[in-house]
Amino acid sequence: MIWLDALVCLLMIVVAVTATAVKNLVSAVIMVGVVSLLVSYLFLRMGAPDVAMTEAAIGAALTTVIFLIALRRTGEDR
Amino acid sequence: MVAWDVIGALVTLAGSVFLLLGAIGVARMPDLYNRMQAGTKATTLGNLLTLTGLGILMPSWLPKILLIAVFVLVTNPISSHALARAAHAAGIPLAKGSVKDALDHDREAR
Amino acid sequence: MADTILLIALVLAAGAVLLAVLRLLRGPTAADRAVALDVMTLVFVPGMVALAVFSGRKIYLDVALVYGVLSFLGVMSLARYFDRGI
Repeated sequence: MIWLDALVCLLMIVVAVTATAVKNLVSAVIMVGVVSLLVSYLFLRMGAPDVAMTEAAIGAALTTVIFLIALRRTGEDR
Repeated sequence: MVAWDVIGALVTLAGSVFLLLGAIGVARMPDLYNRMQAGTKATTLGNLLTLTGLGILMPSWLPKILLIAVFVLVTNPISSHALARAAHAAGIPLAKGSVKDALDHDREAR
Repeated sequence: MADTILLIALVLAAGAVLLAVLRLLRGPTAADRAVALDVMTLVFVPGMVALAVFSGRKIYLDVALVYGVLSFLGVMSLARYFDRGI
């Protein structure tokens, strides 16, 4: 299913470019989470389940939580 | 001899139709709460049906796949409920045609 | 027969991902984008399980399970953030 991989790559590029351009910082954090989801699927597709699991742990949970704590502490969100 | 492959594929197709319907609701509904309604209920049902169909296709893995399905069934309504409640507390407005805001009424009555 | 039905299901799931990404790019508030993230996670977990079934490697199921658990954690932290706390 090479067209599915190509679609996931295309969506990943579009979402990553939008994450740099969006004004709301929480939206950018969510878009980084989506990029992490897509790249985790691609790692799994390429036959690396350990890398995919690490990417899931870091990208979905740890990065989101740390970014949100940092945004809350610095008060950049309002 | 029942063709289990075809049955599993049909259940997977039904779940995938529900996933697509949920995504259409997310893309087209007018405000956040309607989107969350479509994106939680239809998508959870689609997820369960898809996982069950894939489990029928590979019967020896069925307990582990059902473990994932039960986990999604438990956690997804909780997270969506918390998100809706937090969005209401953050003051995201309802759509223009809404007739009742029960959560706001609760807050006034307290 | 079964392969054709599964290919149709795969195309429908890809359409669901496209619509969720559309809402992710357009959503007026951050909570809309969080809903889109939730929907995309719910589409990709069966995708990972399907990849496990068709490649025949059982270890891929663990990735789907871990992703389900951790996306729940991420969405809950987003909800706590919108509710003024974390």
